[in-house]
Amino acid sequence: MSIQMSATVVGGHPNRASRFYAAPIGKKAVMAVTGVVLFGFVLGHLAGNLQVFEGQHQLDSYAAFLKATPVLLWGTRLVLLVSVILHIVASIQLTQMKRAARPVAYAKKNNSHSSFASRTMMWSGPFIAFFIAFHLMHFTLGTGQPNFNGAAVFGNIVQAFQSPLVAFFYIFAMLLLGTHLHHGLYSMFQTLGANHPSFMPVIKRVAALGAILITAGFIAIPVAVLAGVIHT
Amino acid sequence: MNLTLHVWRQNSASDKGRMVRYEARDVNPDMSFLEMLDVVNEELILKGDNPIAFDHDCREGVCGSCGFMINGVAHGPSHGTAVCQLHMRHYKDGDVLFLEPWRARAFPVVKDLYVDRKALDRIIAAGGYISVSTGSAPDGNAILVPKDKSDRAMDAAACIGCGACVAACPNASAALFTGAKISHLGLLPQGQPERRQRALSMVAQAAAEGFGHCTNIGECEAVCPKEIKLEVIARMNRDFLKASWTSRQKPLAGSDG
Repeated sequence: MSIQMSATVVGGHPNRASRFYAAPIGKKAVMAVTGVVLFGFVLGHLAGNLQVFEGQHQLDSYAAFLKATPVLLWGTRLVLLVSVILHIVASIQLTQMKRAARPVAYAKKNNSHSSFASRTMMWSGPFIAFFIAFHLMHFTLGTGQPNFNGAAVFGNIVQAFQSPLVAFFYIFAMLLLGTHLHHGLYSMFQTLGANHPSFMPVIKRVAALGAILITAGFIAIPVAVLAGVIHT
Repeated sequence: MNLTLHVWRQNSASDKGRMVRYEARDVNPDMSFLEMLDVVNEELILKGDNPIAFDHDCREGVCGSCGFMINGVAHGPSHGTAVCQLHMRHYKDGDVLFLEPWRARAFPVVKDLYVDRKALDRIIAAGGYISVSTGSAPDGNAILVPKDKSDRAMDAAACIGCGACVAACPNASAALFTGAKISHLGLLPQGQPERRQRALSMVAQAAAEGFGHCTNIGECEAVCPKEIKLEVIARMNRDFLKASWTSRQKPLAGSDG
């Protein structure tokens, strides 16, 4: 056994955290854990949004409740911001590692056994980041919208989605979010080491079903506005 | 049957390399894929050309020496076999086949379809072993191994280190290989003393060799000639995560040089 062969590979880290993050699995674990946080937010956001179907009073009073509890609002925003940054930084570092790992590409490569969602994470992810920036300007800051009223959430939604262009952009973004969640929801279990023949098939099915339901829930709102089901 | 082959030709690691077209004539369907290449090579030698270099040894699917990409699939279309066990009866007259070496920074091309896979040996050297006391032989069955664990350890130990998992992975990750070795030893009582350090050291070595990360997509599992399952990667992750935060010992081999 040659000690020299593998010398200095695991050394050189001052503490556990830096050694952990230096490893690809460490970065993947950060992506998985921040993914859980972001998924939790997506669920909460969907539950909040769906109150639009209860009418203007219900949605606007929910918005007023959030704004009246700044600790909850800003606490959540801070946790989300940190999670998004960690999720993005780790994904960029891992993608650089991947690019370096195969300098010469195949003339022919058949990736038939992996899902479309799993191979497009680095396309759906950046698009979702772009969408979040747009969405914050659109519905939180009201950038470039003269009739925007931060307290009248219901009215803002109806007004925005009456434009088919805006509505279809949101629908497209939610479809990409769905594919991202489809792979992410399963992948977080595998990354964190939870794979067992007795429950992995269930996790895969629940991940696919969850992604479809969440996408359908979000898409229902612009569709309902376009169809005139929700109106002011 | 006659086939058209587009084969990657590269004289050395420093050569740039290119695809070259060959015609394989009167291919016998009972030949193995490597025997077909042997016949093509004999013609090349008679013509005074360089034969196509490819790695091979046992030609029985157990040694892990052979392997290259056939139309973008590691070891070709036959499931659960190495390329030496792929027979020409799977092809038909007029088929066009692209043959390329495993492509990864950690697997430099030696010549043509032949790559250097010593990076996998160095991952093993980093922690893929157990410590035993030498001396008189221990009593038989002194260490009890549950049947299910023995079966799973054997399944993981079936890995022949061919490198197809790396070749098939879009990230050129060696996670299936490393996971198989970590699972093989970590499932058995004899593998427990170094279990935590093994995970840290082998994972770090794989990254240092320039292999990519695992995105849990399963291309490796699909081409593995020994049908190793993605479950071994989850097990490696579990061992790594536990070891990272709870191990009281330093990693194996070389934390102090």
